[in-house]
Amino acid sequence: MSLETFLQNFINSMQIGSFLALIAVGYTMVYGVLLLINFAHGDIFMVGAYVGYFLGTLLLNRFDFQLPFDLPAWVVVPVTVILTMAITALVGVTLERVAYRPLRNRGAHRLYLVITALSAGLLLEYLNLWGLGAKDRQFPELFEKQIYPISGVSVTNIQVMVILLAFSVMGVLWFIVQKTRWGMAMRAISYDRLAVPLMGVSVDKIIVTTFVIGSAMAALAGVMYGSAYPILRFDMGMLVGWRAFIAAVVGGIGSIRGAMLGGYLMGFTQIYVAAFLPSTYRDLITFTVFLLILAVRPNGLFGVARRTKV
Amino acid sequence: MKRYSMLLVYAFFFAITVLPSWLGLYDQYIQFVMTLIGINIVLTISLNLINGYMGEFSVGHAAFMGVGAYVASIITVRLFSDSSFFGAPLLSPKLAIFGFPLALIVGGIAAALFSLLVAVPSFRTRGDYLAIITLAVNFIFKSLVENINAVGGPRGFMGMGKVTNAMGDVIDLPWVMLWTFLAVVVTIVIVRNFVSSTMGKGIVAIREDEIASELMTVDTRRLKVIAFMLGCGLAGVAGGLHGHTISFINPSSYFILQSTIMLVMVYLGGMGSISGSVISAIGFTILLELLKPLDVLRWVAIPLLLILLMLFRPTGIMGNRELPDVFPWLRKYFTSTEEIVSHGSATD
Amino acid sequence: MALLQIKELTHSFGGLTAVDDFNLELGENETVGLIGPNGAGKTTVFNLVCGLYKPSQGVIAFNGTSLVGRRPHAITSLGIGRTFQNIRLWNELSVLDNLRIAHFSQIRYGILDSFLFTAKLREEEREVTEEARELLKLFNLEGSEKELPRNLPYGLQRRVEICRALVMKPRLLLLDEPAAGMNPGEISGLMDLVRWVREQFQVTVWIIEHQMRVIMGICDRIKVIDFGRTIAAGTPEEIRNDPKVIEAYLGEEVA
Repeated sequence: MSLETFLQNFINSMQIGSFLALIAVGYTMVYGVLLLINFAHGDIFMVGAYVGYFLGTLLLNRFDFQLPFDLPAWVVVPVTVILTMAITALVGVTLERVAYRPLRNRGAHRLYLVITALSAGLLLEYLNLWGLGAKDRQFPELFEKQIYPISGVSVTNIQVMVILLAFSVMGVLWFIVQKTRWGMAMRAISYDRLAVPLMGVSVDKIIVTTFVIGSAMAALAGVMYGSAYPILRFDMGMLVGWRAFIAAVVGGIGSIRGAMLGGYLMGFTQIYVAAFLPSTYRDLITFTVFLLILAVRPNGLFGVARRTKV
Repeated sequence: MKRYSMLLVYAFFFAITVLPSWLGLYDQYIQFVMTLIGINIVLTISLNLINGYMGEFSVGHAAFMGVGAYVASIITVRLFSDSSFFGAPLLSPKLAIFGFPLALIVGGIAAALFSLLVAVPSFRTRGDYLAIITLAVNFIFKSLVENINAVGGPRGFMGMGKVTNAMGDVIDLPWVMLWTFLAVVVTIVIVRNFVSSTMGKGIVAIREDEIASELMTVDTRRLKVIAFMLGCGLAGVAGGLHGHTISFINPSSYFILQSTIMLVMVYLGGMGSISGSVISAIGFTILLELLKPLDVLRWVAIPLLLILLMLFRPTGIMGNRELPDVFPWLRKYFTSTEEIVSHGSATD
Repeated sequence: MALLQIKELTHSFGGLTAVDDFNLELGENETVGLIGPNGAGKTTVFNLVCGLYKPSQGVIAFNGTSLVGRRPHAITSLGIGRTFQNIRLWNELSVLDNLRIAHFSQIRYGILDSFLFTAKLREEEREVTEEARELLKLFNLEGSEKELPRNLPYGLQRRVEICRALVMKPRLLLLDEPAAGMNPGEISGLMDLVRWVREQFQVTVWIIEHQMRVIMGICDRIKVIDFGRTIAAGTPEEIRNDPKVIEAYLGEEVA
């Protein structure tokens, strides 16, 4: 493999890895506070992409139905992004309220919560398929694509944006979790759910916040993903989201660092495997590798084994 | 009295399914649905062994069904039919009536061996992590098959129709339905016997408290291997039957949606209840068929049903009880769980 | 030859040394106590003996056979019974089933027998059920055989747990805080029970307890540990008056 090809693959890996990391962090945060694998999270990402598609296309007047005015790009982009994040966060919170919270309050077995999460994800997927049909949708061009050739390697502005965005978002998240009171409360809940309300912090509020942040990040990933790979499919939640989920687990579920590392590791594995082998081997190799990692370190790379007292 | 009760039940069901089909009283569609019901019963009970009795969370059961489907189908098509994949048959198609059950068994064994991918990790992990591993196994299976072009890759494999025809040519019986019926009986008998034995109850002990089990001399690893191999092996047999029922298989048929359908049937029926599994398999299969005109809305209904189930009746129809526990008048004829508890085995 | 021989047993969790150079020899037919403040490492010692953890260092031998590195079920089937601080019965299985399952290592029939309900299986299951019932009778628990443990009063559950630990015909019985959560009346009952078990089954009892009444009342000798290290060993009289033990654990007033 020539140096250029290697570097090209590197950039592509960083891009894919950024998406996966952003989504993986959402999984890990919810697991951290609820000890629940939110199987529906990948489909939240899908919702984000589709909401972004609708809003973007609408505001750019690309639909048959036209708005009575035209908006310049510098208005459309932030409005689309922010509104998408808000709406998707709403979806995530609704899911928590309607499906997870009643079970939690009832003290239901964790198994039932996981099954509910799995079903919720599938429900979103098939609602999409039913409502929008099987035809793939084209994500609108929110950003004019520009390619920067740097010594034989082409880097697009979207790639740069995605990578920078991912790092800054995760940096902000790290700051929130480590340095603010909210973040401390989030970490506290994962250790001892009962003590937190005794300290005057509402557990439900923290959980809602976690869902808001996680879903918003997934939505952001969705919009960026749509910009980078404009063809949207109803099962993209499963295709991309569940890969991110496995990445989060291999990184160590509950650890934000682990989710980031897992996401990029997954990205690199996917790209480099496809570079050397026919693309049909990509999933096979990826999942086998990750299975092996779990076999050696059952709690993931950064995961902490929860010791139960015998 | 009790010894013959179950036999009578089996005879009854034989008389309303296989017999009329052989006599030509049912059309193809009814036969198809009945065979599907039988396959789903085997699948549900086999998954119930792992998720219900042993309390694990396997969400990739369809992969084992798929292994069985592909292995059995490849064997029969290769050996007994003229196909675009392999060319002329290696053996006379007339031998298919003997080869078919053997192919099913080989498919089951292959699935059982494949299950070690999940069984071995289960020694060290449980719950969420094991769920992920079962998920990964589902992905691996799909990916594996998609890479084998000799059996059609992602486009699928077919030719089982010729095999079933060949069987019918020799003796005109509804072969696939017949073998499905037998598979259902064998599944119910084996699993019921196993979970009634002290050895089998060790599986429930693992669910309740694995560490205590290990310390009470229960070889948890051995039991886990048994449970996974039995459960997944039976799923493999069901897969082989499935492949010959629909005559055209592809990797997507044995993926997440199929796994979810099996989960619905298990939790709908009740974790740890064989009667529950039977009832829900029958009911749910019929429901799915009735909803066919709804098209995609069907696939919306399935996860929705599961969510509602979790919210309002997570223990399912039967919980962990069997029919004689719920209807005491049945105890004259059938053993209730209580008696299994007292006597130690299914009948005395 | 000692029934149980532990030499230089040491174990650390991460950076924390939970057990440090623990030594003990248990003979036939004696009752030995293991006491110390909370977190001293007592249950960890039990868990190491049973094979739940692999010790960083040390020798554990039961009747001459080394236990280190063996799986827990293999260790207990050699003849070691165990109860737990928090009662760990299988709550969805009847009391009778709880006992039957503990017979696991003694089962001679195979998988195929259990699938096919063979005569061999039926014969053995009858035996297992009989033995379990006899044991329940000895413990005055026959009436409870069909009950689910979680429906039984706490004291009965404890009795069932001890009964279950005796199914595998152990030579050594490890009791981890059996008197936890009991009132004085129940404690007397427990002490009688343990003495009776010793007599009836001729087992060696090794008991962890915080209730000094129990320890002083039934133990032949006592070992005291704190922060993983042994700080004293001897007869109840000696321990009662040992200044180190009083300072670390017993306090000034001793019953």
